[in-house]
Amino acid sequence: MSQSDTIPQFSKSKSGDGQSVDLTNLAAFSGGVGIKSAREVAAILLVAVLIVGGCELLLRIYAVPEYVMPLPSSIAVALVTEFHLIAPHLGYTLVELLSGFAIGAVVGLVMAAVVTQFPFVEKIVAPYILVLVTTPMLALVPLLILRFGFGYTPRIIAVALAAGPMVMINAATGFRRVDAGKIALARSYGASTLQIFWKIRAPMALPMILVGLMIGAIFGLLTAVGAEMVGGGFGLGNRLTSYSSMIQMPQFFAVVLLLSVLGILIYVIFFLIGKKWASWEA
Amino acid sequence: MDAVDDPNAKLTVRQATKIYRTASGDLVAIDRCNLDVRAREIVSIVGPSGCGKTTLLWSMSGLHGLTAGEVRLDGKPITGPNPEIGMVFQDANLLPWRNLDSNIAFPFEIKGGKPDRAWVDHLMHRVGLDGFGAKMPRELSGGMQQRAALVRALSFKPSVLLMDEPFGALDSFTREEMNRLVEEIWMETPTTIVLITHSIEEAVFLSDRVVVMSPRPGRVASIHPVPFPRPRSIEIMTTREVFDLMTTIKLEIVGERKSLSAPKPAAPPSAALDRAAS
Repeated sequence: MSQSDTIPQFSKSKSGDGQSVDLTNLAAFSGGVGIKSAREVAAILLVAVLIVGGCELLLRIYAVPEYVMPLPSSIAVALVTEFHLIAPHLGYTLVELLSGFAIGAVVGLVMAAVVTQFPFVEKIVAPYILVLVTTPMLALVPLLILRFGFGYTPRIIAVALAAGPMVMINAATGFRRVDAGKIALARSYGASTLQIFWKIRAPMALPMILVGLMIGAIFGLLTAVGAEMVGGGFGLGNRLTSYSSMIQMPQFFAVVLLLSVLGILIYVIFFLIGKKWASWEA
Repeated sequence: MDAVDDPNAKLTVRQATKIYRTASGDLVAIDRCNLDVRAREIVSIVGPSGCGKTTLLWSMSGLHGLTAGEVRLDGKPITGPNPEIGMVFQDANLLPWRNLDSNIAFPFEIKGGKPDRAWVDHLMHRVGLDGFGAKMPRELSGGMQQRAALVRALSFKPSVLLMDEPFGALDSFTREEMNRLVEEIWMETPTTIVLITHSIEEAVFLSDRVVVMSPRPGRVASIHPVPFPRPRSIEIMTTREVFDLMTTIKLEIVGERKSLSAPKPAAPPSAALDRAAS
């Protein structure tokens, strides 16, 4: 017989300390971009046309030089005509982002799952994780380059270091949301600790895990691009520094455009996953 | 109370004592509780908040151990979760990320084995959830959620059903509906039920016996037989006898063990029932 000497408690609110935090974060899945009708889409597109067209018009009227601000049309032209030159760099950045994020996410998830099982260990580890979360990992890139050279390695490490703690801190909040009632339910059927983890704790943590993965991926992109600016001859970050030093502003903004598309793509992917697998919470 | 073994006992609680170790010292939740629940009996446990009702029920379910004493099911000591025991929790306790079908299949995922499809379909039909299997819990009302929880608890045909304030969160009409449903299903299935409730009316309506527990440390203070025939009608529930019984229990719980000012019914319960029936 298990000798849990804690008083059985059923409160309506979940115990654990992530009560208000998770709701605000989860709003990313429920609220956020809640585009419903064709009319809303049309309105959003109309605003885009107005802004881009307005820029084009004003820049032409005031004859703003290209090195100050290029015309939207010349940015579009640069994106199309020079895409074959930018594309390999997009590929390098994606490789860094995906491999760094994969490493960081796996380590972060495993650590969160393990550490939350041992409250004492969690207390010891928490401040160090906080340091990792709050310190910009970009600061380590020059050091990493010294140690690992100008290849992929230092950037992948930087991305993993940026994404991992973000994933971990959010996933840990998820795993800490213990609902005594649901665990008692599983135990009443004779569930093992492992079964309780996979059938109760993990699904309960999933919404927060997804939030962590999304924030981690966006931080990873940030770090990848920043790390490419520091040194080495490839990646979208490198393109930014090189185009701006050559005052090739249309190309520069074409890269910026690609980066925002990448960021939005990350958001949309996790938004869709969240909608499919974690909408029960919202 | 009597500590002599009842030969018909399904569940036997003997000298059950549970002490929680808390930061502010030991807390005696229940102290030497004795109770026999016979097979096919419905027993309710009522008492003031914090009297250890839930602790006693959890001990019966094997969800936690006792500091001293024991609980036996069919004569065998309960040492952990038992496949013969089904539990119904507060607030339905459905898993919100699963639809109803998947929630009802959950016990089998843990225990292994396959649900008896015909039996589950029958139960779903019986509680009025036909065609709701694909719905998510949040799409259903509190009453419907608790019906699904009832189906889940009965899906693996337990011989004992332990219910921990199952209908406390429901409005009083839904609650009465659920009480009637439990009585009907109980009359159709060979199940022994132990029910914790805050509602004396619910306890009296459903039970063969009502157990009153004293405030902490929880002890069995008294046991009241409820000798009214089933199915219990609204008419019976509004008779003087039922009212007197409910008042006795209520006064006992609030600690005023004064005798009722109104005279006790002189006629035996059977006579009272004849009157109610006519």
